[in-house]
Amino acid sequence: MVTFSVNGKTHEFNGDPTTPVLWYLRDELNLTGPKFGCGMAQCGACTVHIDGTAQRSCVLPLAAVAGKKITTIEGLSKDGEHPVQQAWVEHKVPQCGFCQCGQMMQAASLLASNSNPSDDEIVANMSGNICRCGTYPRIHKAIKSAAKTMSANNGVNYFNPNDTEASA
Amino acid sequence: MSTYFDVNRRKFLKTSASAAGALLVGTYFVGAAPRVLAGVLSEPSTQAKQANLFVALRPDGIVEVTCHRSEMGQQIRTAIAQIVADEMEADWSMVKVIQGKGDPKYGDQNTDGSRSIRYNMQRLREMGASVRYMMQHAAAARWDVAPDTCVAKQHTVTHSSGKTLSYKDLVRDALTYTPPGNDAIELKDRSEWRYINTGMAHIDLHDIVTGKATFAADVLEPKALVAVILRPPVVGGTIKKVDASAAKAIKGVVDIVEIPAPKGALQFQPKGGVAVIAENTWSAWQGRKALNVEWNDGENGRYNSEKFKQQLLDTVSQPQQHVREKGDAVSVLEKAEDKLVADYYIPHLAQAPMEPPCATAMFSNNRVEVWAATQNPQADMATVATMVGIPKENVLVHVTLLGGGFGRKSKPDFSAEAAYLSMKTGQPIRVQWTREDDIQHGFYHAVSAQHVEATLDDNGAIQAYLHRTAFSPIAGLFQENANAPMDFELGLGFTDNPINTPNLKLEVGNAKAMVRVGWMRSVSNIFHAFAIQSFIAEAAHKAGKDQKDYLLATIGPDRILNVSEQGAEYGNYGGDKTDYPLDISRLRHVIEKVADMASWGRKMPKGRGLGIAAHRSFLTYVATVVEVEVSDSGELTVIKSWSAIDAGTVVNTDTVKNQVQGGSIFGMTAALSEGITFDKGRAQQSNFHDYRVPRMSDAPLEVEVEIVPSEAPPAGVGEPATPVFAPALCNAIFAACGKRIRHLPIGNQLKT
Repeated sequence: MVTFSVNGKTHEFNGDPTTPVLWYLRDELNLTGPKFGCGMAQCGACTVHIDGTAQRSCVLPLAAVAGKKITTIEGLSKDGEHPVQQAWVEHKVPQCGFCQCGQMMQAASLLASNSNPSDDEIVANMSGNICRCGTYPRIHKAIKSAAKTMSANNGVNYFNPNDTEASA
Repeated sequence: MSTYFDVNRRKFLKTSASAAGALLVGTYFVGAAPRVLAGVLSEPSTQAKQANLFVALRPDGIVEVTCHRSEMGQQIRTAIAQIVADEMEADWSMVKVIQGKGDPKYGDQNTDGSRSIRYNMQRLREMGASVRYMMQHAAAARWDVAPDTCVAKQHTVTHSSGKTLSYKDLVRDALTYTPPGNDAIELKDRSEWRYINTGMAHIDLHDIVTGKATFAADVLEPKALVAVILRPPVVGGTIKKVDASAAKAIKGVVDIVEIPAPKGALQFQPKGGVAVIAENTWSAWQGRKALNVEWNDGENGRYNSEKFKQQLLDTVSQPQQHVREKGDAVSVLEKAEDKLVADYYIPHLAQAPMEPPCATAMFSNNRVEVWAATQNPQADMATVATMVGIPKENVLVHVTLLGGGFGRKSKPDFSAEAAYLSMKTGQPIRVQWTREDDIQHGFYHAVSAQHVEATLDDNGAIQAYLHRTAFSPIAGLFQENANAPMDFELGLGFTDNPINTPNLKLEVGNAKAMVRVGWMRSVSNIFHAFAIQSFIAEAAHKAGKDQKDYLLATIGPDRILNVSEQGAEYGNYGGDKTDYPLDISRLRHVIEKVADMASWGRKMPKGRGLGIAAHRSFLTYVATVVEVEVSDSGELTVIKSWSAIDAGTVVNTDTVKNQVQGGSIFGMTAALSEGITFDKGRAQQSNFHDYRVPRMSDAPLEVEVEIVPSEAPPAGVGEPATPVFAPALCNAIFAACGKRIRHLPIGNQLKT
């Protein structure tokens, strides 16, 4: 049995521990924000946070998340308030939208560890996430906007589903 | 809720009570001339015909606009609502979009060819204006005043005295009205547009950024079993022997079902194969890995794309059948002492939309209900019906959001697979394609070779031009053993070549597709524009002229080009040649505009270069400049690109910019990707590690776009930015380092 939390709620899994986190989230929990795009960590559509850091859930076995906190786009904020999501709206980034949950989770993880990334750092951090619609110029701009918002709001706490007090 | 329209009684009818008392307006095609009709709700009738397009104004004031085109990122759901809401003077916060199901009564639903706005703008405006008319007249009657003393704006009718009535309070009154004819309604003047021609945010934006948007794999009802299919690696291949014992032993696997091979012309039929059906996706996937299947390859097992490349290049090196001719290019070229000769090549490419194909189907009582990411739900109806042997009227197709389309999802083999498996198992089935399935079992962009030769006069102008094209035609999908392209494939950038020269000959060689070839964003414009726009830059260099000046000189003075006068069968994308002439002045204008945007002619540092290309496709004119840097060691960096687009009247300016930005980056695929290659009929790539698509590290971080203001009829937006990008890029590379790329991908060509 594997125990972990998803968006602040504890879950237990008794099945095949090699099952990738993505399929558990989608098929068992009906959390369809993380997407299936390649199944081999090449495109980033499935990106979720494991203890706050972006990881590709399509190749991550459930056995590897024992005791860890999984956050999906559904848990990034209550209703799109995260500065990254707001920057995505401000810059009207999405076209088809399929890759964008993964893009935003990757961007949120980047900004959590580097509040003021350079242009090149953004490119280096985001180039594992494919957008076939080609929204890269807007993604790049949106990340810079979000970085500004987050530094201006320094000290303000954003919704954290893993923080039981905040979500209570 | 289902809503029906009784044409004979001029009434809308409904089958549920949820929208009782809503005012509905629809367009019904009467012969060739669409008319706006409206009617009142009454009880369901067996005589009812379904409304094919409508806007419903509910008693609570909510406006429901039906979108009958598929959403794949071009924001058609928003654009259709913008048009209707603008003309009906709706408050945008009251507008909702309902996704239309597959139904021939909507008219064309095939969301490809960049034509949704072109086909629908007029009737959508008329529908909106019809509602506004009824609101205005209902208020006038209530107040007993002349209708022309009342103005309808933003969900409110205001009388000249200052009194007002809200739309929702007028619904009941309007229900008793005979709807206006087209001669009675008055469309708004462009200067009064409040939504059309603005860059307003798209309606699905919030759902997308919060992860709530529903794509094909996100459909949770009905709860379906999941099928993952092992397909024959070669098109036309069949099953020789199946050993499913190990697959059946995988926990969660519930069934193994064989899918028959296609019969006759391939069309959109599934490839056949063996399906593993399981309780969840992972089990189905594991089950497929455990299958042991032997195949008969059939004749396409001979397909080797390297040999085919040579065959195409050989074909275009020889005289072929001509499709357009002016003067006598052949004899001028024969006599010429100095010719410029170039061959161009682009391999097969895959659309590779971010969401791999996926559909859910439920078969019962000789009917099928399908939930699919499809660009063309009416094709799903037909393909599914044939696959399971029922009338297509018995197929109901729900259209989800498409996680990208690019032409792949106009071919609904995946829906037919789901329907067949549901019929065989009696269970709702979701067919999930993996990325490997998408890359290895696609409908690929045609592989192509082009041969161009020209001779220049003393001033450097092209005196004679000969261009031969050969590619694996899409025609092969529809006709067994087809070995020549259909006219429409040549009308995509070949027969409509804009070069102004006294002697021109365009020839087409035969080739037979040995894989499934289908549309990919901008289709054969990709290779035709690549050859033409690269060649013009090569000629400019030979003539010692500036690329941009030479391009303008080569396409010649402002005029309407009628290629039919030179013997060409040219379909003009189905557009009327009076409304949508091939107007060289508009092509010249975007070139001049983009040159201005990019500060063309500025001094470039060593290793940097600018390249330009221009092309009309889908009735839209685009010119693009790309700036690159090529290092001494041959590393390519795409710094920035600029595009000017003249698409006539546009609905959403931000969407147009986003499409041009994305379409440009999509156009990089041909330059960067090794493409899809084949040996023994088998695709040699399988996922994004070996089928390279542009990433942020490849893309320019600035793609500047300007829209040419225009009142011309609306033209295409989704595709026209794609064909110009690769030639502009390769022209920039030449300017930066003097290396001419004629065969794509670029690969290691800059490093040698």
